[in-house]
Amino acid sequence: MALQDVSGFQDTPMSHMWNSPASLSGPMGDTTPLLDMADERILGWGRFKSSERDGGVPLRFFIPPPQSSVPFRCDNRHTSLSSLSTSSSPPTRRPFPLSHGTTTLAFVFQGGVIAAADTRASCSGLVACPSAQKILPIHSHLLVTTSGSGADCMLWERILAREIRLYQLRHGRRLSITGSAKLLSHMLHPFKGTDVCVAATLCGWDVEEVRVEEFKGKRVDRMGSGRDDSISPAKRDRCGPKLFYVCSDGTRLQGELFSVGSGSPYAYGVLDGEVRWSLNEEEAISLAREAVYRATHRDAYSGNCVDLFHITAQGYCRRDREDLREEYHRERERVLKRGKEESEEDKK
Amino acid sequence: MEYLIGIQGQDFVLVAADNIAANSIIQMKQDQDKMFKLSDKILLLCVGEAGDTVQFAEYIQKNIQLYKMRNGYELSPKAAANFTRKNLADYLRSRTPYHVNLLLAGFDETDGPGLYYMDHLSALAKAPFAAHGYGAYLTLSILDRYYRPDLTRDEAVDLLKKCIEELNKRFILNLPSFTVRLIDTEGIHDLEKLMPVGAKLLAPAPSS
Repeated sequence: MALQDVSGFQDTPMSHMWNSPASLSGPMGDTTPLLDMADERILGWGRFKSSERDGGVPLRFFIPPPQSSVPFRCDNRHTSLSSLSTSSSPPTRRPFPLSHGTTTLAFVFQGGVIAAADTRASCSGLVACPSAQKILPIHSHLLVTTSGSGADCMLWERILAREIRLYQLRHGRRLSITGSAKLLSHMLHPFKGTDVCVAATLCGWDVEEVRVEEFKGKRVDRMGSGRDDSISPAKRDRCGPKLFYVCSDGTRLQGELFSVGSGSPYAYGVLDGEVRWSLNEEEAISLAREAVYRATHRDAYSGNCVDLFHITAQGYCRRDREDLREEYHRERERVLKRGKEESEEDKK
Repeated sequence: MEYLIGIQGQDFVLVAADNIAANSIIQMKQDQDKMFKLSDKILLLCVGEAGDTVQFAEYIQKNIQLYKMRNGYELSPKAAANFTRKNLADYLRSRTPYHVNLLLAGFDETDGPGLYYMDHLSALAKAPFAAHGYGAYLTLSILDRYYRPDLTRDEAVDLLKKCIEELNKRFILNLPSFTVRLIDTEGIHDLEKLMPVGAKLLAPAPSS
């Protein structure tokens, strides 16, 4: 995707038709009267036009006319367009309910950023996949934890990765975490009010600029960790661990602790009491694991295993996926042992 | 859920906003700054629908700065308020209106201090005091009762504290801290964050 863009490769006309809704009314033989209204509706999504900057590469998505996706709703075709598209209108009724079940969390501490998530992908009451991956690395110092609609998250994570890579190729330095969050937020904005549902936390470590000074005749990579004394204080604020929450409704927040998904209230309950800046790595990881465990215990839409990632100045490192069943058994043993010890003490 | 308040004095404007960024029932952030600096003497306070607030406020902010770059001088608060209102109105009947409520506070060398109230239907009114949010229902009567056009800075801060105490007492939501800023002829000043007694703050407020 990125290479295609940089080299200016144009899509073939055939595939171009699928990408650009404007050309729909062209040689597609079965142009029913429906299509004219559809065209108008599609082109009437005026904000999408602003995303034509990529010139041929699909950020223009083909959105089917509302009729075809709403078999159960008898909408009068001549109702005003605004009633179908603004966020205040009732959502189109679907034959199945979309659910966004997950537990993801991330927090910042002195040793970097910890990101944790469960691995259950649910779909309307059944477990579609017990081993989904919800934490996706974008580059060595940036992870994104995804929540919401699985397909949307997968797509937008790829688009974000492409745009970050393009920025790096064009400007010779990596886009900062703050910039990446803003980029994702602005890319998602045109889709506000539609069914796109992406709630991501970007977890990363901003390294001091890596400038490739080729014009000086030699490659010089200047890279510093977040706490280097040679960096000016202003830049020091920009280096170091960063955590952003970006949502498809437009929210973009920077913070030190975020949990997203249907299991997030349960995770907050565990994290709010315990997370401190001064945790060491082992404590932080076990805290994250316990928070996900408690959330999966209570939330029906979270469960199976837990993925744990740890980001430092050197990049991210991934721990093995752990089955939470083991955690459950370990906890039961602990409770039994405590119960035995207490009854022995009472006997004495 | 969110709360904005502005009080105009003889030669200053005092504004305050709460610090909570919420997502359904969860407080995601306790130190969110809802004020956007449009220029050296103009602040835009913005609340409303999740993404619309930041998008719209930043759009206005960048356009005001662009005006300054192109023309060499800054827009007056009155002009900035009307520009903002025009943008809101233009989007109002589009497919994607911005659902935001705004307070614009500024100090003009010729006109003096000004507080402009704007709502999501792009109404604009210059007012001596104004508030947005559910908290406004509780505090506007306090402002009506105690406001005088010749308030000093300290009296205005006391009036603000009265309003916040009332919210702390009667409002069902916990709003533990408020950012307070004052605009006068010298520019924008950060005042101490107001934290009503008894309200629960998650982590100790950052000292920076």
